[in-house]
Amino acid sequence: MSRTDIGPPYFKDMLPPVIKENYGRWKYHEILRPGVLRHVAESGAEIYSVRVGSARLMTVDRVREICDLADKYCDGYLRFTSRHNIEFLVSDKNKVEPLLRELKEKGWPVGGTGNSISNMIHTQGWIHCHTPATDGSGIVKAVMDDLYEYFVDMKLPAKLRIALACCLNMCGAVHCSDIAMVGIHRKPPVIEHDIVSKQCEIPTLIASCPTAAIRPNPKLKSVEVNEERCMYCGNCYTMCPGMKIADPENDGVAIFVGGKVSNARTPPMFSRLAIPYLPNNPPRWPEVTAAVRKLVEVWARNARQGERYGEWIERIGWERFFELAEIPFTDKHIDDFTFAIPTFRTAATFKW
Amino acid sequence: MAESRTPLLDELEKGPWPSFVTDMKKLAQRKPAVQDALGQLEMSYRDKKGHWKHGGIVGVRGYGGGVIGRYSDVGDVFPNVAEFHTMRVNQPSGWFYTTEKLRQLCDIWEAYGSGLTNFHGSTGDIILLGTVTQNLQPAFDALSEAGFDLGGSGSDLRTPSACVGPARCEWACIDTLDICHDLTNTFQDELHRPMWPYKFKLKIAGCPNDCVAAVARADLSVIGTWRDSIRIDREAVREYADGGLDVERAVVNRCPTGALSWNAEKKELGLKAEECNRCMHCINMMPKALCPGVERGATLLIGGKATILQTAFLSWVIVPFMKLEPPYEELKDLLRRIWEWWDENAKTRERVGELIYRKGMREFLRAVGLPPAPQMVFRPRANPYYFWWPEELEGNGHKEQG
Ligand code: SF4
Ligand code: SF4
Ligand code: SF4
Ligand code: SF4
Repeated sequence: MSRTDIGPPYFKDMLPPVIKENYGRWKYHEILRPGVLRHVAESGAEIYSVRVGSARLMTVDRVREICDLADKYCDGYLRFTSRHNIEFLVSDKNKVEPLLRELKEKGWPVGGTGNSISNMIHTQGWIHCHTPATDGSGIVKAVMDDLYEYFVDMKLPAKLRIALACCLNMCGAVHCSDIAMVGIHRKPPVIEHDIVSKQCEIPTLIASCPTAAIRPNPKLKSVEVNEERCMYCGNCYTMCPGMKIADPENDGVAIFVGGKVSNARTPPMFSRLAIPYLPNNPPRWPEVTAAVRKLVEVWARNARQGERYGEWIERIGWERFFELAEIPFTDKHIDDFTFAIPTFRTAATFKW
Repeated sequence: MAESRTPLLDELEKGPWPSFVTDMKKLAQRKPAVQDALGQLEMSYRDKKGHWKHGGIVGVRGYGGGVIGRYSDVGDVFPNVAEFHTMRVNQPSGWFYTTEKLRQLCDIWEAYGSGLTNFHGSTGDIILLGTVTQNLQPAFDALSEAGFDLGGSGSDLRTPSACVGPARCEWACIDTLDICHDLTNTFQDELHRPMWPYKFKLKIAGCPNDCVAAVARADLSVIGTWRDSIRIDREAVREYADGGLDVERAVVNRCPTGALSWNAEKKELGLKAEECNRCMHCINMMPKALCPGVERGATLLIGGKATILQTAFLSWVIVPFMKLEPPYEELKDLLRRIWEWWDENAKTRERVGELIYRKGMREFLRAVGLPPAPQMVFRPRANPYYFWWPEELEGNGHKEQG
């Protein structure tokens, strides 16, 4: 019987010697060029980190290729960032250029530092989850292909964090991203009574609905849905496979903007609805990629240097944002869920 | 040439970003499961819907979580992914690896699984995607042999994660990596055996830049900070100014608290330390010249979560400052008290933030023994509807009316 509860490998065994020696004694860092960081310790020691975008969904062959590179240039040490980037930890300055050359030859994107778009946080989608309203890896690939120039360069006013969640469960911090794509449904669940009655626990199912839209249907030993109250969150489907929420004709992608988690200047903020719906259009989601590019560029053109997406919008006002971004403002944009009131304007001051 | 079986997915082989499709196709040549995973994904691309069923309960001996059961709803067409379970493997703190360790993982997943992975999942685990029920135990045994353990899933402590911290960041006010490792090991039972109302996430960021999105994604967010003054290297400030940084415009004027001032003639930065709220802006702008103070610890915040069900929450401050040094007993004790109160009071699938919202912060603070502080709120209440505890009133509450 194998050992249980041994915990993760000890991180100190994974650190390159220069990090071990200077642990907690770093003095400053600089970005030498997009994707290349130089950290300098109080002792004068240095480490170079080369940041590379990955697809997150990787085969063991890909991981081994990364290992080959890390063996060749980093004495076998590397790390991943919280945004699915790979960081090659180069202790020998002279190996930085050769590593960059080989990365370029092999087609790895180097970047994601400073005022750039970093890799997209995203979720599983059709490759592995059972509740998605859209895909994960495919949209990410299409969007990052399109925004590639902003990953490998640092020409934006500030950093830009993009995220995608393929359903309203929103695994990942999409609700606090500069730009967030979220897979949405637009119709109430279709109830398959035989599945509900056989496989699901009715009280739990009823309790799972945030808007109390689900009522028992004792005759069928099943439930019914008050369609007017349903906002298509899919939570009932998570609890019970008989509540079919997926609908290829109506599912799609919503886009939220202006969130952040850092405390720099302004407190962390939620992303807010910009585009209520775009169609699911695999394999390359042209409507979504075009909309995201437009959102990136309207900010890049108008924001002040150093201004995050949400800071820019809060300064100019959301009414001005909708105008500049050429996004029609609809009744969908006005909150009518649980915590709506504080979003209503209570001042007679606004712009035209 | 034979016609491609995945014409839609093939479109994702174009473009400069790394293509998971290209990689999967290569692996598919020796892995029938990947061949079928591609086939099923192509079907999803055509139908615009997913083809995975609700997970059944699968697992390994001694664990209540860490494995996500996954079954195809078109298993007759794609038998090699009829069972396609996921294993969550607890990452080392800060996602540091040696290639030796990574290669071991690859070999194990080549032997017992599809060879598909995520580096990393949203919570921070290494995700090993796709294997059959009968391979789960052997895969776990091999992982354990190589020094890996499973992460969390279901209603348990989810795998804690931490920013790069003191390993490579000059701003880390706490040892994020060690705290993460220590807590993960202390709470193995909570991590591996789901027994709570719902999930509980724990994330540790070294400073208010919060590179792991702790405030948005963790039920308990630990965010490093300091209590004394930012330290300033005056010479280095001058170098930034000489190097072309418009210190007044880019740094001083954007300080949210007006704590900074600029003497353009002398190229001197002034700081009213007591006005600074430690937002990190000026430090981010001039990393060579400014750094956090020396009296370091963390701010603890509670309740962060995504929208499901009632709304999304950003975590709320519950401990403005706590020193965090090994063995972190004060933090561990607080966690235990929080879990006890939550476990006792929450409904099924109620996150701790939702419970606090339902019961009120004052109930929570009293139950876990934390004193109220003005740092906990942006502003106090505007309504007069507040409660008193019996002992706060004369004669122990309501007097009988005679
Ligand atoms: S966001 Fe939804 S569909 Fe996507 S992986 Fe998470 S739970 Fe699954
Ligand atoms: S989709 Fe959401 S709102 Fe609609 S019935 Fe299901 S749980 Fe309720
Ligand atoms: S959260 Fe702060 S300490 Fe941690 S990596 Fe980010 S900037 Fe550094
Ligand atoms: S950390 Fe923020 S609040 Fe403090 S001085 Fe710098 S910019 Fe101002």
